[in-house]
Amino acid sequence: MHEFALLLASALSAGTPLALASLGLLVNEKSGVVNLGAEGMMLMAAIAGFAVAVTTGNQWLAFGAGAVVGGLLAALVGLLVLWLGTNQYATGLALSLFGAGLSAFVGLDYVGRNLPPFGPVHIPLLSGLPFVGPALFSHHLMVYLTMLLALGIHLFLHRTRAGLVLRAVGESPQSAHALGYPVRRIRLLALMFGGALCGVAGAYLSVIYTPMWVQGMTAGRGWIALALTTFATWRPGRVLLGAYLFGGVTMLQFYFQGAGVQVPSQLLSMLPYVATIVVLALMSRNPVWIRVNMPASLGKVFRPME
Amino acid sequence: MLRLEPRAAPSRAMLLLSPLIALAVTVLFGAALFAVLGKNPLAGLALFFVEPVKNLDGLAELGMKATPLILCGLGLAACYRANVWNIGAEGQFVLGAIAAGGLALHAGDGTTRWVLVPILFAGMLGGMAWAGIVAFLRDRFNANEILTSLMLVYVAQYLLDDLVYGPWKDPHGYNFPQTALFAASTILPKLIPDTRLNIGFAIAMVAVVMMSLFMRRTLQGFRLIVGGQAPEAARYAGFSARKSLWTVLLLSGGMSGLAGALEAVGPLGQLTPHVSQGYGFAAIIVAFVGRLHAVGIVFSGLLMAMFYIGGELAQSRLGLPNAMTGVFQGLLLFCLLAADTLVTHRVRLARAGVRHA
Amino acid sequence: MWMAWRLELENIGKRYPGVVANDGVGLRVAPGQIHAVLGENGAGKSTLMKIIFGAVQPDCGSIRFDGVQVQVRTPHVARSLGVAMVFQHFSLFDTLSVAENVWLGLDRKPGLVEVARRIRGVAAGYGLDIAPERPVHTLSVGERQRVEIIRALLTDPKLLILDEPTSVLAPQAVHKLFGTLRKLAATGCSILYISHKLDEIRTLCHHCTVMRAGKVVAEVDPARESNASLSRLMVGADIARPKRRPAQPGVVALQLSGLSQPAADPYGVDLQDISLQLRTGEMLGIAGVSGNGQRELLAVLSGEDARAPRGSDDAGNLRVAPGSLQLFGTSLAGSSPEQRRHAGLRVVPEERLGRGAVPAMDLAANTLLTHTGAESVRHGWLRWGAVAARTQAIIARFGVRATGPQAAAQSLSGGNLQKFIVGREISGAPKVLVVAQPTWGVDVGAAAHIRAELLALRDAGCALLVISEELDELFEIADRIVVIARGRLSPALPIAEATVERIGQWMSGLWDAAVPPHGLPLRVGEEETGRSEIGRTDAALAAMPVAIAAPDFLLAGGEDHGEERAAASPRSQHAQA
Repeated sequence: MHEFALLLASALSAGTPLALASLGLLVNEKSGVVNLGAEGMMLMAAIAGFAVAVTTGNQWLAFGAGAVVGGLLAALVGLLVLWLGTNQYATGLALSLFGAGLSAFVGLDYVGRNLPPFGPVHIPLLSGLPFVGPALFSHHLMVYLTMLLALGIHLFLHRTRAGLVLRAVGESPQSAHALGYPVRRIRLLALMFGGALCGVAGAYLSVIYTPMWVQGMTAGRGWIALALTTFATWRPGRVLLGAYLFGGVTMLQFYFQGAGVQVPSQLLSMLPYVATIVVLALMSRNPVWIRVNMPASLGKVFRPME
Repeated sequence: MLRLEPRAAPSRAMLLLSPLIALAVTVLFGAALFAVLGKNPLAGLALFFVEPVKNLDGLAELGMKATPLILCGLGLAACYRANVWNIGAEGQFVLGAIAAGGLALHAGDGTTRWVLVPILFAGMLGGMAWAGIVAFLRDRFNANEILTSLMLVYVAQYLLDDLVYGPWKDPHGYNFPQTALFAASTILPKLIPDTRLNIGFAIAMVAVVMMSLFMRRTLQGFRLIVGGQAPEAARYAGFSARKSLWTVLLLSGGMSGLAGALEAVGPLGQLTPHVSQGYGFAAIIVAFVGRLHAVGIVFSGLLMAMFYIGGELAQSRLGLPNAMTGVFQGLLLFCLLAADTLVTHRVRLARAGVRHA
Repeated sequence: MWMAWRLELENIGKRYPGVVANDGVGLRVAPGQIHAVLGENGAGKSTLMKIIFGAVQPDCGSIRFDGVQVQVRTPHVARSLGVAMVFQHFSLFDTLSVAENVWLGLDRKPGLVEVARRIRGVAAGYGLDIAPERPVHTLSVGERQRVEIIRALLTDPKLLILDEPTSVLAPQAVHKLFGTLRKLAATGCSILYISHKLDEIRTLCHHCTVMRAGKVVAEVDPARESNASLSRLMVGADIARPKRRPAQPGVVALQLSGLSQPAADPYGVDLQDISLQLRTGEMLGIAGVSGNGQRELLAVLSGEDARAPRGSDDAGNLRVAPGSLQLFGTSLAGSSPEQRRHAGLRVVPEERLGRGAVPAMDLAANTLLTHTGAESVRHGWLRWGAVAARTQAIIARFGVRATGPQAAAQSLSGGNLQKFIVGREISGAPKVLVVAQPTWGVDVGAAAHIRAELLALRDAGCALLVISEELDELFEIADRIVVIARGRLSPALPIAEATVERIGQWMSGLWDAAVPPHGLPLRVGEEETGRSEIGRTDAALAAMPVAIAAPDFLLAGGEDHGEERAAASPRSQHAQA
């Protein structure tokens, strides 16, 4: 029972960076742009956040640094994709490769450095409850902020005019342009928002979750976050749920080891990736369903006639 | 102010110039980086672009490094031409190495040299199987190939780890995570004696010719290019998208698997957790910089090999981090994508607003 | 006498690489005037309208609105001036509701509930009936246009621009649109009406500006012009109508019987119980408002929809019926487009760039697209020399203006590319040729050329099936005509018995009074019986002559159920079956 509470707690904690990144990517995909650079942005933000945390000792500055780095890199992708009309897949891929290389390069001095632990928030009364206390109410503040963010994004997309405009741009950039909406600027902002959230996710990984810097430490989480938007059919609530589920799968190996189950650790480490593949296949198998839910212009180049 | 104006027709000259522009910008950036790090930029650049081609040893090393890049790049180019976004060549490469290595481990000293043939085939089949999973998931379940192929890279790496940390670990290897050295009969013959260049490079060159013929001179090659450029036109013409999908993924998987096998029984001679130095990912850049064109890929493969060797030299001689290679590679692709705008657009000085009559 | 023009354009110019879209264009529109801008495809009308609406910036020239010089930098500026536009290609968002779509087009922000209330108000005032909460993808083409018009009207426009508004409407719906526009003009709103349809302009408009090759070539009072004189102004020359010999129908070439196929696309149309017979040496026209199953039918014929054709038995149960699509008595079930081409069935699709041709590839490669037989390919190896020679032959024979087989498909004008694609298929010596929208978006000269080629092919004994949304075109070249509506096919009418009114009525699916084809009893669904009341008007009108397409605008037809598309209720209809 106690171990299960710990698994639940660690699922929330491990799922939080996935949820953050995926929520951000969901917003820029709703505007019709896919950013395969998620992994690169997360890595760059992870080292930037870690460096700031080491230097200042302030975790919130670290999150801010991550957000800025992620947002700027996303703006770079936006410049290429939106104004120069480059292929969205190739450009995002370039960012992922570039981010992996550059983060390894600038992070060399930080390998092996330690950070003071930034403690969790113990919610008064609730955290004292048996089982649910440690499972749900003794986490880092970012875990709760992420949940609020999912709610906020849902309300933004479906209850505000700005959210409607964003969805309209993703649905048909031609129509939005004809009505006079600045399609490229809207998409750039959406991309930067997505990048900033990927950045916060990266900083959370290196500053709170691990907490240390290792080359390539995101270990494909950016890609899993990309897959999550599809699993969730572009709905924030489902993104959150999916992220915690994957967080749980990641943590399963420690749970198994704790329980004394004899499985090679490498095979257990494969689990999140295999699970991603399996779930992706299951969720995508109905092309009609995906088509109805996917932003119609996703991945396509839009060039306004001027 | 500068503004972009669409060209009436794409510029053929720019199609060839744009990789060179990208390279020039990358080199400038590299020079600046050396300067910032307190090294002589010219000396630094010489490590990348002069040192590797100075003598026969250097050239041989270059060819050896370029072999896996060219092979993987060729397969990926076919995928991208068909608009199939396989980014998991790294995983297919690892599976090729595992399959070939598994077979090579069983060979003894008395085994004939011809055992290399089944070994290389095993490598190809390993890569094809890994890419085949991607094709199957896309074909049967409509699963996005970008994500599945990338996820399979991690799975392949853990599979390799599991083998070299577990059942395949060399019992006399002081508990290092590596297999025993392969028997001499399974090691690739040298192309040039006393260098590290083996027949793998020759195999890669044959693949270049075959790939070039396939894409330009065969109906199946034409079909998959049409499918990549205009899927609706391919459907109208009756070219099967499924067939294209399977063709390019098996082709690409086979090439990457072959590259993995050549690496395992070539320069490595055993399996370790690090059979690939990111060749599968670098090959993505090789494919794009080579214009998805077989001959272009030879040049871009050699260029990328220079980056690898230069990075190692910079580390050993200047004490600079090897990670610089990755920075240059990513930067090159970025610059190329930006420069490619010039193929379809020209830069003009903007007119100042609207004139009034 | 000084007059306050609503809109005054002077010396407007706009240049694209390789094209001068507008050259020194001037235009004056009076308040309350319905002002036509006439010109053929590519004359620069659409560009001019986008300039007025701020969607495109001119290179030079001035715009005055109500006597004041203005710079229309964006559509927001245009809307604040009181300019509204209904686009030819609707600027709607499929997954959003009607109210949300309208809301997105309003700059003042009254809130979604208020918008829905106002939609109902305008809908009642102008007879533009629509439910604000419906998602747009469930609407018919005509209903979508209503959404666009309502969105324009809610901005209280002083000038309303309509770009080719009738190209998507059935004749009865056109009539209704004209009523709305006259009502609007009577309130003092100016209307710019862009069209290349002469009858419409003569019926509706007070003044007509004629454009050709980016320039204004004439200002006329359309009421005093004839179709012929307007046409001459528009084209700059007389266009000879193709001479037509009577058809010599031979054996049955293509036969579809009882074909039903649920749509593969979530927003598509289910084909229901499609039967038709096409003989050699005749041309059968398929009329209908776009989005009524034309695309799906074409996919079934071409083999792009690879699912086996399925028919239904008398009880309406779906069953596998492999024989329901036959070419010269041989079933085509499950055969690929390539196999069908080898058997003599060729197709010219609707979209030229991206479907009929690969835009970035040269013409030789585009020839290879549908000529993969032994003369182009041997043992899987391409013979580029032979392909280039064949391409050169097509270019020469069909008068394609191109630099040669190496010219990229996208470098050709619409008319020339269409000539190339039609020529490519004709040069494959088809026994049956299916052509969708043969002259859509093509200039008048190329259109005449293409129609003449199709007629010549018919006279040579080929069976032709022409799917077109332009009724005039079908009346000009088809021997028999059928109508497709909501995924169902009407019986065939000989062209001599067809009238615009009757075909227009059939476009709404009301053909039950007619004799069913092949003597089979036509299944009558509940929906049809419920509406047969309205269908009766058609009998009274059937006597009117065919030759001129004008009378339909004078027609006092009632409801325009003309465009209620199958997509609105495919599931319910499916459930009935």
